[in-house]
Amino acid sequence: MSKGKPASPALMAAKSHGHGAAAGSSAAAASPSGPATAVVGPNNVVAPVQMTGSEALVRSLEELGVKDVFGLPGGAILPTYDPLMASSLNHVLVRHEQGAGHAAQGYAMVTGEVGVCIVTSGPGATNLVTPIMDAHMDSVPMVAITGQVSSAVIGTDAFQEADIVGITMPVTKHSYLVTNAQDIPRVLAEAFHLASTGRPGPVLVDVSKDAQQGQMTFSWPPVIDLPGYRPVFRGHSKQLREAARLIREAKKPVLYVGGGVIKSHASKELMELAELTGAPVVTTLMARGAFPDSHRLHVGMPGMHGTVSAVTALQQSDLLITLGARFDDRVTGVLSSFAPHAKVIHADIDPAEISKNRTADVPIVGSVKEIIPDLSAAVKAEFEANGAPDLSDWWAFLGNLRDTYPLGWTEPEDGLMSPQRVISRIGALTGPEGVYVAGVGQHQMWAAQFIKYERPHSWLNSGGAGTMGYSVPAAMGAKVGNPDRVVWAIDGDGCFQMTNQELATCRINDIPIKVAIINNSSLGMVRQWQTLFYNSRYSNTDLNTGHDSMRVPDFVKLADAYGCVGLRCERVEDLDATIEKALSINDRPVVIDFVVSPDSMVWPMVPSGVSNDQIQVARNMTPVWEEED
Amino acid sequence: MTRHTLSVLVEDKPGVLTRVASMFARRAFNINSLAVGPTEVAGVSRMTVVVDADGDLIEQVTKQLNKLVNVIKIVELVSENSVQRDHILVKVRADAATRLQVTQAADLFRASVVDVSTDSLTIEATGHPDKLTALLNVLEPFGIREIVQSGTLAIGRGSRSMSDRALRAS
Repeated sequence: MSKGKPASPALMAAKSHGHGAAAGSSAAAASPSGPATAVVGPNNVVAPVQMTGSEALVRSLEELGVKDVFGLPGGAILPTYDPLMASSLNHVLVRHEQGAGHAAQGYAMVTGEVGVCIVTSGPGATNLVTPIMDAHMDSVPMVAITGQVSSAVIGTDAFQEADIVGITMPVTKHSYLVTNAQDIPRVLAEAFHLASTGRPGPVLVDVSKDAQQGQMTFSWPPVIDLPGYRPVFRGHSKQLREAARLIREAKKPVLYVGGGVIKSHASKELMELAELTGAPVVTTLMARGAFPDSHRLHVGMPGMHGTVSAVTALQQSDLLITLGARFDDRVTGVLSSFAPHAKVIHADIDPAEISKNRTADVPIVGSVKEIIPDLSAAVKAEFEANGAPDLSDWWAFLGNLRDTYPLGWTEPEDGLMSPQRVISRIGALTGPEGVYVAGVGQHQMWAAQFIKYERPHSWLNSGGAGTMGYSVPAAMGAKVGNPDRVVWAIDGDGCFQMTNQELATCRINDIPIKVAIINNSSLGMVRQWQTLFYNSRYSNTDLNTGHDSMRVPDFVKLADAYGCVGLRCERVEDLDATIEKALSINDRPVVIDFVVSPDSMVWPMVPSGVSNDQIQVARNMTPVWEEED
Repeated sequence: MTRHTLSVLVEDKPGVLTRVASMFARRAFNINSLAVGPTEVAGVSRMTVVVDADGDLIEQVTKQLNKLVNVIKIVELVSENSVQRDHILVKVRADAATRLQVTQAADLFRASVVDVSTDSLTIEATGHPDKLTALLNVLEPFGIREIVQSGTLAIGRGSRSMSDRALRAS
């Protein structure tokens, strides 16, 4: 280490963290080493006992505090399914492995605990690739357990053999191939530790059939051995003071809040910082609910379909206080033109996100759960010493934008219901205590825009990956994790047809989710782009599920076939009554076919490939920038 | 493009080389060379990765490498404070008429002849990549038939060991 220069300043900050924290407070010095090696769960002491690998697998999950798992058995995982029968674990048998993966995600997103799915080798495992990639993009804590063929035949193209560790390597936080029964408890403890600490993410544990069948000596807790894994939790005190100084000097600060605030359960801390600074707050698609929509400091969701006030706040800002966000292209638009006058404070637990897309002036590596209160303290001290900034001009500008360009819609000309109204009424009649799980596309954007989120963990969607079909299985997982909450799958007619088989799982296992199919009879977002950018040539986007079409499938009949309640709503007069009816049914899943106009579009919109300054509030309509000269 | 030499301590676990290589491929980083082998510590391997990267990109490379769970420590070695060596085996056309000239050229570079046949010589050389390039330039007129070259190996100058602090910390 003495020779050669350190690899990077941020890296050094991480490695020398112990010293930085010690300078800040003595209590902090213990925190990195404390949780870094702790085994998840109650840490019951279990004296050595002989058992099979598969018994050890199930027992490890129990000791890790797991209550619910989602899965589907097959040849290579059969040994594990046998002891599962006698276990305290609630295993939800899905109808497709992708459903198990998304259900584990939904479960993790509402509970904050690690979601678990178990599937077999080969195609069972490859069917999990999409949810694993989805969890990786959205930093969802998940452990995926896959069966593998016996170690003796690995590499021989055996029946149902797939190199799932290799296949998922780029989309997992880490992965294991276990071929020795004795390794199972330690590997699972490490997998849960990795999935749930630092930047959360999916960890794959591939267990060969002979490891499941082999004898081993089980004891608990195992010793975690991860010399290369040392996440940093506390922010560097010098960086925090520098951030506080920039906040005091800024005339146009914005709190740019990302999904990290939700993942680290830091909403309360965020509220304190926001009220202290008086800075406007924008919540990204992954952060909806991290800060209440109704709060006076909230100016909306930024990005391609963000509000004019949120997009403009970022564009015109002189200081982005970035908390657990990652400057995704859907937020920044053309990166070189994004927030051109802003300095950047970037707090994130993943050092690699800092200065990846946008160079940070003040990088702060750590958990926003720890950083935000420390930053609040530093800001308070800074304000007391040098005075708080006057943000009244900034607020006059943003307040005017917020009032002039609220979210809204025009009624479609075809006389059909507007999807925005349907979604907005679902949100209004269900309220902020509900959980809303969207698929991907227009309905996802409308659900992000027109439902008012007041609490974290109430909004789930596939943000980074954009996985159509996420909604129904993720809602199923969310309902298992939050059985007392109303859980809505806000889905599209395209998305729904990708994963609706999980209605069977919901019906049979008493998981009464509510599915709102926003049925515009098409792949709506693709159709919107065809309208705008391809001369209204609708190549392969008509799904024939809606008004004036063949209606294949008939969603009401389909719901009925699955033993769910199927409702259809085609007229705005019936809208509230239909939603109320769905809300009153809690003994089985409800599927509502909301037949809406295919012509409704998502606005505002920043067209792809242009600066966020080119935001359009409606087709070819840009806001009037009165405040600019 | 600036050339950077990274020394990377990794856990000697199955798949660790794939993880590193796959990360470079996925992030579209350029590996110039990669050498890997065991170290003085059991269970720990050391990779020397030579990367072509401009400006801030090298920071992103090291951060992404550091995210890999099996990566224990990364240090960038700059040439002033490190010894950097490549190893090369080169088969050169050489008959009775030219053999002496070829061996003399090899001597100038402190390279050694490791195999001889009637119409060829195989030369082994170790050195800084620049020196080996110079050697190849000298041998080129005789007719180079085959080259095999290792990745760069690099070690910091002085008495301290890269693995000392990294492994104590764990």
